[in-house]
Amino acid sequence: MEAKDDKLVRMVNIHKFFGEVAALRGENFEIGYNEVVGLIGDNGAGKSTLIKILTGVHAPDKGEVYFKGKKITYHSVEKARELGIETVYQERALGEQQTLWRNIFMGREMTNRLGFLQVKKARKETEKILKEVIGFTAAGLTPDSVVKGLSGGEKQGVAIARALHFKAELIILDEPTMALSLSEAKKVLNFVKEVKEHGKSCIFITHNIYHVYPAADRFVVLDRGRTVGEFEKKDISLEELVDKLYLVARTGEIS
Amino acid sequence: MKTLNHYLKLGEFKLQWSIFVVLVVLFTLFIIGCPKTFLAPDIYYSLMSTIPFMAIMALALTPVIICAEIDLSFPSIMGFSAWVFLTIYGLTGNITLALASCLITGLLAGLLNGILVVKVGIPSLIVTVGTMFFWRGLVMVCSKAEGGSLVPAKGTILFKSLVGRIGGVIPAQALWTVAIAFLFWFILNRHKLGSHIYFTGDNIESARMMGIPVNRVKMLVFAQLGFFAAFAGIVASFEMLYYWPTLGEGSLLKTMASVFLGGTSVFGGMGTIFGTFVGCMIIGSLETGIISVGLTGFWTQLIYGLVIVISVSFHSILRKRGLPA
Repeated sequence: MEAKDDKLVRMVNIHKFFGEVAALRGENFEIGYNEVVGLIGDNGAGKSTLIKILTGVHAPDKGEVYFKGKKITYHSVEKARELGIETVYQERALGEQQTLWRNIFMGREMTNRLGFLQVKKARKETEKILKEVIGFTAAGLTPDSVVKGLSGGEKQGVAIARALHFKAELIILDEPTMALSLSEAKKVLNFVKEVKEHGKSCIFITHNIYHVYPAADRFVVLDRGRTVGEFEKKDISLEELVDKLYLVARTGEIS
Repeated sequence: MKTLNHYLKLGEFKLQWSIFVVLVVLFTLFIIGCPKTFLAPDIYYSLMSTIPFMAIMALALTPVIICAEIDLSFPSIMGFSAWVFLTIYGLTGNITLALASCLITGLLAGLLNGILVVKVGIPSLIVTVGTMFFWRGLVMVCSKAEGGSLVPAKGTILFKSLVGRIGGVIPAQALWTVAIAFLFWFILNRHKLGSHIYFTGDNIESARMMGIPVNRVKMLVFAQLGFFAAFAGIVASFEMLYYWPTLGEGSLLKTMASVFLGGTSVFGGMGTIFGTFVGCMIIGSLETGIISVGLTGFWTQLIYGLVIVISVSFHSILRKRGLPA
């Protein structure tokens, strides 16, 4: 099926069980081209499971996943990455003791035919990426800086820049602002805007609505394994959204 | 104006510089303590003939530790592989065949460690305690604890190229060591395998997620250590012209000390070949220096201990302060 879909990803009627526990119960989830979606829900709402199915870590027990209108039948992390779905985990994105240029090209090294690194080229490319995507040069970071010296927000900036450089279509951020200071969280939001400006899509997973509100186009609220509410930002204010979430937390229903 | 810092890259290479300073201080002390010995070339030729056995193994151990793994079995693999050399050479008289069998034995023994760590999932510390006893035990059983002369090999090209004296003075094994150091430096810094080794030790989860074949990388680093231990075994036996079944015993801790002295982190993800190389020079010359300056041999271990503890503390402090942005 080669039909061009108007959505980048379409997940239809997804069910996933872990033993007796239903993590997802007939979830439908979509994300459009060049769209930033805030995926909101408490712990155990099914956010992680949904994302793990999308990124190929788990296969769904029931339901279908379409990427650019094409059904995905083979679930693996490599396959998802080939398609252009890249996940950025706060703790697991980078090698702390390595330089930025090594990190940018981690697992996808620029080499000649014998596997020897093209270090000069990698450094130059890294410099360009730092400047264009994150505006890091002001912070005095160079391709030879070691990741350990970067702040939490900057680290995610590097991971996001890396994903963009390798032509990711959809970048998934898993709790990117957790344990970050306010100013660091703001940096992450700027990187998300960068993803949007590059014409790519982004799923921003969080349980902190205040962090995601400024950056997202649309919000999907998950509770106990299914979507209980979907809002376009233009239709809802932050206050209204917060009220709805309280309601969900109390009753499991949005209205 | 370009500063000293610009030329020496003090920030980027401070671990390397700090260990290099330790080496310089040490040799300065030796020269002051015994100028007659340490201002003449002979002592250096002698060190060049003794340090290489340990240095070759330390160089090969470095990537294993960068991968956040450990290997205690390489001295035993060295002993067993060299026994294979002696036996095959004795049976066939074919030195090329003996060399090949020895190196392959080392490679396979190392690979076995890797397989046990990666596929069976036993921590390397425990696996290699086991294989350490196993290979040494196998040597003892097979050789009945008897050594063998290697005098018949003396005229061969292999012998001359491994342990001959270049220009009558410089031991060939020193050049081999330098060449192997360059090879390792090149792989760690200029080959994608090097990147994969660093990332496997630094953050195995993210390495795996980014598509680095971490299991293959680990098996490879264990296998190459076995290979180079076998190589060092031949070099050591040739130098002594005799094979002892205890070959390699006693070298384990000194080899590890050289690697850690050189700034390689036991937690993985960090380490340099330059550091290991200098670490070997320090550990390898300490005993000679101590005796030459007139202290009794009783001092040796005490000074080993001091140098190791002080240097490693120094590394740890430098590392904690982080690298300047």
